[in-house]
Amino acid sequence: MRMSRRVMMAGMLGAAALPAAAAPLSYVIDPKPVGDGVWVIHGADAPIAMANGGAIANITIVATDAGAVLVDCGPSLRYGQELKAVAERLVGKPVVRVYLTHLHPDHVYGAGAFDPRVLATTAQGAAVLQSDGAAFSDGMYRLLGDWMRGTELVLPGTILTGDDETIGGRRFGLLALSGHSPADLALVEERTGTLIAGDLVFHDRAPSTPHANLPAWQSALDRLKALPHKSVIPGHGPYDPSPTAAIDQTSDWLDWLDRVLRDALAQGLDMAEAGNLRIPPRFAGMAAARYELQRSVSHFYPGLEQALLPRIDTKD
Amino acid sequence: MKALLLIAMLAATGAQAAPPVDPLGSPNWDGLARTVFGDAPVRFDGRVHVVFPEIAEDQHEFPVEVDARTIPGVKRVMIFADLNPIPLAIDFMLGQAAPFIATRIKLDQRTPVRGAVQLADGSWLVSGGWVDAAGGGCSAPPVSRVKGDWAQHLGEVRGIATAGPQGVHVHLAFRHPMDTGFVANIATYNLETVMLKGSGGVDYGTVSLEASVGEDPALTLIVPAKAGDALAVTGRDTNGIDYAAKLTIVAAPSRVAAN
Repeated sequence: MRMSRRVMMAGMLGAAALPAAAAPLSYVIDPKPVGDGVWVIHGADAPIAMANGGAIANITIVATDAGAVLVDCGPSLRYGQELKAVAERLVGKPVVRVYLTHLHPDHVYGAGAFDPRVLATTAQGAAVLQSDGAAFSDGMYRLLGDWMRGTELVLPGTILTGDDETIGGRRFGLLALSGHSPADLALVEERTGTLIAGDLVFHDRAPSTPHANLPAWQSALDRLKALPHKSVIPGHGPYDPSPTAAIDQTSDWLDWLDRVLRDALAQGLDMAEAGNLRIPPRFAGMAAARYELQRSVSHFYPGLEQALLPRIDTKD
Repeated sequence: MKALLLIAMLAATGAQAAPPVDPLGSPNWDGLARTVFGDAPVRFDGRVHVVFPEIAEDQHEFPVEVDARTIPGVKRVMIFADLNPIPLAIDFMLGQAAPFIATRIKLDQRTPVRGAVQLADGSWLVSGGWVDAAGGGCSAPPVSRVKGDWAQHLGEVRGIATAGPQGVHVHLAFRHPMDTGFVANIATYNLETVMLKGSGGVDYGTVSLEASVGEDPALTLIVPAKAGDALAVTGRDTNGIDYAAKLTIVAAPSRVAAN
């Protein structure tokens, strides 16, 4: 195609005008204290969208004598950079550790703002990040546009092998679990008894299941519930000052989800109908419930058809 | 060649009335409507319920249901997506089945997804909505091509038919790669027709599928029958591979997971 001079001029003018016209993108990062030297940045309890810049996951900041410890780092390079500045101002020291709970981009795509040596996860978590972590990039750029500028997946430089890690006088219990994804890291900050659960626990926000294994997830929740913690920072949704309310709610939803999908198939319902089934009133306070039910139908229904429906073909 | 034929068809029907203005503002509506509906009158009608999720979680398997059971005299139901490279997905010629069909289609980009039903007088009623989707639903290789086991599962059908208060839901899941022809060195290859018959040979209808239907296609139909009745499914793909299946209608279980 040949471009006319007028079209070219218009294009150039448009490009020149853009930076002045576009408002600079900036996240609202507002850490709320939940314990002695522990803060939560509560992500939007909503789907990833231009309006929230993808900042939907909860981020934890812990102050130690050595510096700031973070659990997860947000959806984009821009978020990671702003988070780093906020955490260092809050704690008065540099960020010395960023734990990555699992592979999902709303939790780990901010990693590029940090020295890879402070980024840490389990061997299994690192393997999953390496094989599948970059695959979300196209989707994130499509949904978030300029929020994502410069964002690339950065792999952790530290592999966690022990059951705990002590940083600047604070000990973090480390639990290598799975179920929400093939590798989920949960932590317990022992001084305050805070369970930092990653996406194994959701609270008043419906759980998402793109890589979930429901029986493994329920087992992981059983293990978390048995811990001697006092409160829970979920991966999404508000901080739970009790040890079990958010864990129980997550387990309840997953149990219902499994039953409702199997029942829908036993009724002969199609996926569109299954996604519109009634959600019980006890989940009425959960954000994004319909959205996540419909996503879960998409994740599980074809597999359930192959697993549960009988073969009826009569070919010899 | 196909394009030339299309142009010839369009030229031959040049005298037809213009299709009505599209409430969805689709860039592809005028041409597509002329191709699909020809000279027949077309109206937009909200009684054609086109049901789909609020998010295209998987652009290879997007659930769509068209339910026109409140409209009397429907003889044919179509599902199509304007901006797919293969717009048409389903063309269902009704026998005794209810004017209802559900399946899963591929989406190649953000597009209107529509249901259309034809009445006895030949006119069409249309409804639908925009769906946002990531690209590439039609141009990614099927999972069974990547795994390499697609040929081992041709002819497989799973299914269930349940009698409930709304009639009998017949949910069928076929194994087929449903190749679109947009993946290098893999020609178009799809399950092409599925026929459903009941006791005494009653004809419930014939579904024609295009390669824009998702891999391992699922079809859901509603038929007037009762628990204990037998159903017979026959089908054929574009290479002449035959599908045949039989199932017996069971009473629908109660919805234990309602709470």
